[in-house]
Amino acid sequence: MPAVDRQAEYRTLMHKWWFAAAVGAPTMVLSYPWLVPGLGNVFPRGSTQLWWLWVAMGIASFAVLAYSGNQFFTGAWEALKHRSANMHTLIAIGTGTAWIYSTVALLFPQVFPSAQMTDVYYDVTVVVTALVVLGMAMEVKARGRTSEAIEKLIGLAPKTARVIRDGAEVEIPVDEVVLADVVVVRPGAKVPVDGVIVEGASAVDESMITGESMPVEKRVGDEVIGATINKTGAFRFRATKVGADTALATIVRMVGDAQASKVPIQRIVDVVSGYFTPAVLILSALGFVIWYDFGPAPAFAYATIVAVTTLIIACPCALGMATPMALTTGVGLAATHGILIRSGDALQAAKKLDTIVLDKTGTITLGKPAVTDVIPAPGFEVDAILALAAAAERDSEHPLAAAIVEGAAERGLTPLQPTSFEAVPGHGIRARLGGTRVLVGKRAFLEAAGVKAAALEPDAARLADEGKTPVFVAVDDRVAGVIAIADPVKPDSRAAIAALRKLGLQVVMITGDNRRTADAIGRAVGIDRVLAEVLPQDKAHEVRKLQLEGRTVAMVGDGINDAPALAQSDVGFAIGTGTDVAIEASDITLISGSLRGVVSAIAISRATMRNVYQNLVGAFVYNGVGLPIALGVLYPLVGLLLSPILAALAMSFSSVTVISNANRLKRFKLVEVAA
Amino acid sequence: MTPDRILITLGGVAVVGFIAWFFWLKRTPGVKASIVSDGYQEQMILVKGGYTPDTIRVASGRPVRLLFRREETAACSEHVVLADFGKSAALPTGTVVPIEFMPGEPGEHEFTCQMGMLRGRIVVEAA
Repeated sequence: MPAVDRQAEYRTLMHKWWFAAAVGAPTMVLSYPWLVPGLGNVFPRGSTQLWWLWVAMGIASFAVLAYSGNQFFTGAWEALKHRSANMHTLIAIGTGTAWIYSTVALLFPQVFPSAQMTDVYYDVTVVVTALVVLGMAMEVKARGRTSEAIEKLIGLAPKTARVIRDGAEVEIPVDEVVLADVVVVRPGAKVPVDGVIVEGASAVDESMITGESMPVEKRVGDEVIGATINKTGAFRFRATKVGADTALATIVRMVGDAQASKVPIQRIVDVVSGYFTPAVLILSALGFVIWYDFGPAPAFAYATIVAVTTLIIACPCALGMATPMALTTGVGLAATHGILIRSGDALQAAKKLDTIVLDKTGTITLGKPAVTDVIPAPGFEVDAILALAAAAERDSEHPLAAAIVEGAAERGLTPLQPTSFEAVPGHGIRARLGGTRVLVGKRAFLEAAGVKAAALEPDAARLADEGKTPVFVAVDDRVAGVIAIADPVKPDSRAAIAALRKLGLQVVMITGDNRRTADAIGRAVGIDRVLAEVLPQDKAHEVRKLQLEGRTVAMVGDGINDAPALAQSDVGFAIGTGTDVAIEASDITLISGSLRGVVSAIAISRATMRNVYQNLVGAFVYNGVGLPIALGVLYPLVGLLLSPILAALAMSFSSVTVISNANRLKRFKLVEVAA
Repeated sequence: MTPDRILITLGGVAVVGFIAWFFWLKRTPGVKASIVSDGYQEQMILVKGGYTPDTIRVASGRPVRLLFRREETAACSEHVVLADFGKSAALPTGTVVPIEFMPGEPGEHEFTCQMGMLRGRIVVEAA
C-alpha cells in the first residue's frame, strides 16, 4: 500500500479509535455504577434512572458499532458472501452478540428467568471495538515500517538528468532519457540512468545499490549505475539502460516480487488458517452449549460471555501475518545491503545450508588473471613462446587466453593471425600459424597429442605450489615452455571464507585448475576441501554429488558459465559486478562483487527465518493458550473467567507484537567482515 | 436434562454442523475461463472481501490470464499470490492487474492473499 494511502487509513482508524474511546470510558464506569463510590446511590440496581442510563449507553454503543466498528460488519459480510471467515467475522459476531444480548435484556427483561441475567454488556461492545480498532491503527503504522526498505529504494531514483541534445546541455525529466543519450554528471550529482562512461573519470559512491561503502573509481569504458552518487570528478556517459530496464528498477521489481512471495512454511500455515476461523466459530458455539448445560447460574449470561470472549481472543491475523511480515522486512533489509533475495523459497533454503561451493575464478579471485612467469624449454625463447601462445589464443574466450594475449601485448609483442584454430573446452587450444602447429593447454592435452612434456613438469609443479596455473605450450609437436598465470585473490576473500566457516558451513572451492594450484589457493584463503580439475560442464555434477552426500549446498558463481551449477544447487548465489547482474540464473544475487555479501545474505536469511519461527510459535502459543482460557478451562480449577475486554486487549496486542517483532529485524546488525 | 438444555444442545450441534458445511464442505462449481482472441484463457476476478469468482476452471496446456481488479482498500487483499505457479502481484485499488501462467497437469491450485485469508481455486481440467 502506498505511504499516502497508509497515512489516510491510519488517520481514519485513529478517528474511529478516539470516538470509541470517548464513548468507552464513561460506558465502562456507568455499566457498573454500584461499584463506583457515590454513583451507587444515584443509579441503584433496578431503578428507572439506571434503565434510562443504559438506554443512553445502548444508543451510544450502537453509534460506536456503526462508525468505529463498521469495517468489521462490512468485512464479515463480504467474507460471508465468499463462504469465508476472518478476523472481521469474529469481532463482528462477538461485539454484535454482546450488543444484541444487552439490548434484549434491557427491553425485554421478562424473557430472562432471573434478574441477574439482565445486566448489560455495552461496555464490552464499545471497549472491544475501541481496542481492536487501535490495534489495527498500530498495525497499519507498523506494516508501513516493514516496507520502508522498498520505499527507500524507490526514493533513490533521480528526478532529472542533464543530457546533450543538439550539441547543448539540457536538463530533462529522467523518464525522457533515451538509449544512447550522452548524459552529463557533475561533481556531487546523482547518476540518472545506467550507462558506460565515454568521457572523464570520477569516484562513484555505489553503496545504496551494492552495499559497498567504499567509492569506486570509474574511467572511460566503465559502467555506471543509475541512482549512485558521483563524488568529486565529472564525466559523461552513454545511456545503456533507461526506464524500467535500469538496475534500480529491476531491483525494486525483484524486491517487491520477493516480498509478495511465500516462504514454504507459509503453505502449512495457510492450511491451518483455512480451518482456523470457522473452527473458532465452532469452539465458541460449543463453549456456549457447555457453559449453558453445566455452568453456574445465570447460565445464559455466562454462556454468552464465554462465547463472545472466545470469538474475540482468537487472532487469525497474528497467524496470517507471522510469515509475510518477517519476509517483507528481511528481504527489504537484504536489499539495503545490495543483496537481492528472489523469493521466500530461497530464504528458507538459505537458512538450511551446510555446504557452500565457491567458484574460484571471479568469486574468490579477482577474475583478472595475468602472466607471471614464462619458462622456456631448451632451445626456445621467452618472447617467442609468449607470441606463439598469444597468436594461438587470440580468438579464444577463455580468461587464461585473455591473460596470455595481454601478457604478450605488455611485452610489445604482436601476435600473428592463426590460419586455423580449435578450442577443446577445459583442455586447451590447437592452432596453426602458417606452417607452425601450436598447442596451448594442460600437460595431459599435449601428451594426448603425442608431445612429451615431462621435462618441464618440475617447473610446472613449483609454479602450481605457488598458486599459479601452469599452461604448457608445444610448437610442432615439441614442448616449448610453460607459461604461469595467476589470478590475484580478492582482498576480502580470506576474511569472508573465515566468516562462512564461523557460520558452521563447510566451504568448498571448485575450479578447473590443476590440483596443486587449486590446493595452494585453497590453503591461502583457508579452504579445506578443494574440487580441482573440474571441467566447466561438470560443475553442476559436482554440486549434485555433494547433495547426494546429504548436504544442502549453495553455489556461488559469477554468472553465465556457472548457470547450470547455480541451478543445480539448493541456493544459487550470483556475484554480480555492477549493472550486469546475472539475476535470472540465481536465487540470491549480490550486486557487489564481494564474497562478504554471501556471509551477509546467509546471516540475514537465518535471522529472517528465526523471526518467522518466533512469530509462528508466538501466534500458535497465543491462540493455543488464549482460546482454552477464554473457553473457561481455568474456571473449575481457580475460578478464573476471562473478560471479553481483556480478550480484546490480548488480541490487539498479539497482532501488534508479531509486526513489532518483524520490525526488530531491521535493527539486525551484520557481522562486519574485515576487508 | 431440562428441556431448555436439550434445546440449546441440539441448537448448538445444528450450528456446528451448519458452520462446517457452510465454510468447508460446500463447494462451488466455478466459472470456466473464456478464450480470447490471442489464444489465452482469460477471467476477470473482482477482489472485495474475497475473490469473485473464487473458483476458475481452465483447460491444461493453454496459457491463462487472470485479471484481478481490487475494489477495496483493506490491506488484507493488497497482494495476490499464486504460489504453485510462482506468481504474485500487488493489487493497487481500482487497477486491473493481469497475471499470466501456463497450467500444467489437471489438478487444483490455490490463489490467496499474502496472509492466506482470502482464497480462490484454479481447477485445471484435461483439455
